[in-house]
Amino acid sequence: MRAAMKLQNDLHLNRRSFLRVTSAAAGGLLVSLYFDLPLTTAQENQPPTKVYPPDAFVHIRPDGKIMITVNRLEFGQGVHTALPMVLADEMDADWSHVVAELAPAAEVYKDPVFGIQMVGGSGSIAHSFQQYRELGAKVRAMLVAAAADRWRVTPDKCRTEASVVHGPNNQTAKYSELANDAARKPVPEKVTLKNPSEFRIIGKAIPRIDSRAKCDGSQKFGLDLDLPGMKIAVVAHPPVFGGKVKSVDDTEARKVEGVRDVFEIPLVKGSGVAVVADKFWPAKQARDLLKIDWDLSGIEHPDSAQLWTKYRELARTRGNVAVTLGDEKLIDQIAAANRIVAEFEFPYLAHAPMEPLNTTVRFDGEKAEAWVPSQFQTMDQMAIGQVLGLKPEQVTFHTEFAGGGFGRRAVIDSHVQREAAVIAKRLRGTPVKLIWTREDDIRGGYYRPMHAHRVEVGIGADGMPSAWRHVVVGQSLVAGTPFEGMMIKNGVDETAVEGTSDTSYVIPNFHVSAHHPVVNVPVLWWRSVGHTHNAFVMETLIDELATRAKMDGIAYRRKMLKPEAKKLRAVLDLLEEKLVVWRNKLPPPGHALGIACHESFETAVACAVEVSIENKRPRIHHATIAVHCGMAVNPLTIESQFQGGLGFGLTQLVGQGAITLKDGRVEQRNFDGYTPPYIADVPVNVDVHIVPSTDAPTGCGEPPVPVISPAVVNALAKLTGKRYRTLPLVSI
Amino acid sequence: MATYQLTVNGQRKQVNVDPSTPLLWVLREDLKMTGTKYGCGISACGACTVHLDGVATRSCVVPVSMVGNRPIVTIEGIDKDPIGKVVQNSWVEKDVVQCGYCQSGQIMSAVALLKATPKPTDENIEESMGGNLCRCATYVRIREALQNASRQLK
Amino acid sequence: MLVNRKLLLKALLFILAVFATRLAVTTHGPVENETIKPTVADGLAAWQDVYSVLISPRCINCHTATSYPQQGDDRHRHFANVIRGRGGRGVPGLVCMSCHQDANADSTGVPGGPAWHLAPLSMKWQDPNDRPLSSADVCRAVTDRSKNENMDGRALLKHHEEAALVLWAWNPGRRPDGTMRTTPPLAHAQFVAATRTWVEAGTPCPPAK
Repeated sequence: MRAAMKLQNDLHLNRRSFLRVTSAAAGGLLVSLYFDLPLTTAQENQPPTKVYPPDAFVHIRPDGKIMITVNRLEFGQGVHTALPMVLADEMDADWSHVVAELAPAAEVYKDPVFGIQMVGGSGSIAHSFQQYRELGAKVRAMLVAAAADRWRVTPDKCRTEASVVHGPNNQTAKYSELANDAARKPVPEKVTLKNPSEFRIIGKAIPRIDSRAKCDGSQKFGLDLDLPGMKIAVVAHPPVFGGKVKSVDDTEARKVEGVRDVFEIPLVKGSGVAVVADKFWPAKQARDLLKIDWDLSGIEHPDSAQLWTKYRELARTRGNVAVTLGDEKLIDQIAAANRIVAEFEFPYLAHAPMEPLNTTVRFDGEKAEAWVPSQFQTMDQMAIGQVLGLKPEQVTFHTEFAGGGFGRRAVIDSHVQREAAVIAKRLRGTPVKLIWTREDDIRGGYYRPMHAHRVEVGIGADGMPSAWRHVVVGQSLVAGTPFEGMMIKNGVDETAVEGTSDTSYVIPNFHVSAHHPVVNVPVLWWRSVGHTHNAFVMETLIDELATRAKMDGIAYRRKMLKPEAKKLRAVLDLLEEKLVVWRNKLPPPGHALGIACHESFETAVACAVEVSIENKRPRIHHATIAVHCGMAVNPLTIESQFQGGLGFGLTQLVGQGAITLKDGRVEQRNFDGYTPPYIADVPVNVDVHIVPSTDAPTGCGEPPVPVISPAVVNALAKLTGKRYRTLPLVSI
Repeated sequence: MATYQLTVNGQRKQVNVDPSTPLLWVLREDLKMTGTKYGCGISACGACTVHLDGVATRSCVVPVSMVGNRPIVTIEGIDKDPIGKVVQNSWVEKDVVQCGYCQSGQIMSAVALLKATPKPTDENIEESMGGNLCRCATYVRIREALQNASRQLK
Repeated sequence: MLVNRKLLLKALLFILAVFATRLAVTTHGPVENETIKPTVADGLAAWQDVYSVLISPRCINCHTATSYPQQGDDRHRHFANVIRGRGGRGVPGLVCMSCHQDANADSTGVPGGPAWHLAPLSMKWQDPNDRPLSSADVCRAVTDRSKNENMDGRALLKHHEEAALVLWAWNPGRRPDGTMRTTPPLAHAQFVAATRTWVEAGTPCPPAK
């Protein structure tokens, strides 16, 4: 890749340098790494001073096409279109000439806020909007400077439009004609950005530019990669996390035609057996024929039933304190009649992106090349380097299109990449594509952790909460990782309580604490992370309180919100406006309206759903969403993120959406036992309304997810009188 | 190993593979046609859907030895079909895709529906597309694109 | 004259032996025209054996009262939302044959047989809550010629003996997890013998409760 070639020389990862960053106020994903040294305290609120050379991001081709390099993984969220839109607008490029590519791993492509190259925390637009605007403006300035030179006029006499510079005397020059001269111009340090009223592309409903290829089979994903001489590998993993191979009989496996090698490999925890073959099917057949004797001693064998017993017990005791306002003991003095005691249970969830996990690596002894549909390029590149004894910059790392991710492709221990690297090391010179089958994925861990909540709410005479004691129980996502220092405070992992601890509701005598049991199940952030369960608890309880107070759900929430919760107020207002018609007509018999609102990753969302019950399952006829995400860069993408995010959020509500363990083994194997939402499970119609705003844009990848489950359950409460507090809903 | 003569998108192809190999992997690895996707391997998700003698078929569970001389049409060839072309264009027009990994299968299933039922109801759509999984949950626009395609068909 | 007498005695003995042998063969061989017809009690007992097979998973999973087939020994709803459709063959885009071919695909774990499809609703052996119907109810359903494609006793016997999808139950193939599917509680030959006894007894049904 052209950009990568040039940058290889520029790259140097200074071992003393922090890849840092800092607290995004709403929680989100915080990363702070101190290479090779244990993490101490990160420096807060210091944005990097970074220079982003335009030629690493824009290449104007002689044929007029403009190639824009996107510093993100494209895994459905539409960034492959949206960031080029931003740059192209400031550049005054002809949008129909724009093409885009995904950046390889390199210093200049790191997230400007998080300090590593990654996708997560709904940060793509939020963190790169300004960056890409500036890049576009710089390129434009350089093109204008080149034209001005040519025409011997001053740059201020020129204007630009649709990839053409216009001079004061009807001179014109295409960008493609000026490109070489422009490249020799100095990169301006400061640029003037457009006034939003001048936007021609930003803010428009622009269709995705990767659509056609994804509809005609030509789009290549990581799993589709084909290289000359490439081999395929699969790995047999222990049935209990951390197990080790005691012995393996590979006699039958080696008889499968096309099998090249069978050998034990170390895993991040424990060990497994790798099978290498010419193609996938012989590799899989051979793996099925392995007779492995596993050593499962000395490791915990987690069992869901036992874990629930333990979690429920823990939830009855005070944990490490996350929030303490007012009098913690007041709740004990409130009469039972004026108190709600609610216990909630949320199971392990698999991400299960449609494209199974995969990584391709070639190692020739001195350097390596990797192709990964990765949400965590910096980490993955580093991990591959570690396994192969290389510096990260000796690993050329290509970012492939991914078939979904939802957090599953951002793993701190880069376990899949390490497996691939170990195998590549043995195959020296031959590229190997490691494939995780769907069974490997469903049973392979790195789940959204299971959680128990216990909440006691005291209700005042005015129907508002007078005290609130809340205990959250769930594994920490970052304990024992380089991220620990940033995200664990006072023994509380922020990702476990976000959505509760940072609530925008005013709650007197508010006490939140958390327990983080250590369990032998690897866990990971799942699209919207702690908000997945905390929003459910908050929004179903608020709804229950509103019902008890005989107040309308929106009015009650408004009353409870902090005055400064500007975005949440705005979405409640917009939702109410859109619902007027709906609410003035009574829902048909057997249908009810449910409401929820939540702010996460600095984006506020209010959601109303119309629900009935069919065959003991919720049938969602209609969803109306109001969202405040600052300036809407592409309303078409935002709408699709919300339509899709609602559907994704329902993974935790519908029929078979739970990963369970028995005697250490995951009980589910594939989509026949872990069933995500299909078309009948999601709303038929979803209307998305965006609060008009010129504020800095905030993310839309995760914010849709937390609101849908509580909204549906709140509607169901109207239909059945029952409050559902254990997910998934097996039968109503 | 055995040799099979397959007709794929109107072209004759010969492959030499283990008879138990699912058609999906013959397409992807022996014929280098990666438009048909592997999502689950047990026919639960539909990402591997092709047309076998005109019938929407989940190629991950059909061993190549069972294909016989039934002609195969994949996502790479469906645009030659007038209905296939309308469906693909409708998918692009309605901006259906997100990650896109499931969409080959969604389109192949949608074409099969429209061939049998040119004017499907919402219920028809939900039933026929009911076994195609999309983790990005693009279902709302899938419905819209299907109805849009249907309107364009005479 | 002594020689002639000895000859005559030998001839007589020979004839007696032949006659005795013929008598022996006649009394021990199959007697077509002299079958002992099974009693109604025999037939009812045989029916219980037949019933035990019909409600076993390999058979009853396709004889549902709902819009969907079942699968597995625990008879859960078939995954991927496959449904009956018209004619019990699924719906366009998701017909049974989208996955089920003419024979078991053991390498991928999908069972198969000629023209894989659901039994019509008239041949349901469960209630809408997926519970097997009683022995009496199933017997009545199976013998109701307005519902069973007009099969009389002989036709039912032939169906149990020869129909491809019936035979499949005893050769149901491998599951995706590599284990073999279980077969009905009786061997096929016993199932056919029980059917025969029941048919010959006049296909009696237990009284409805």
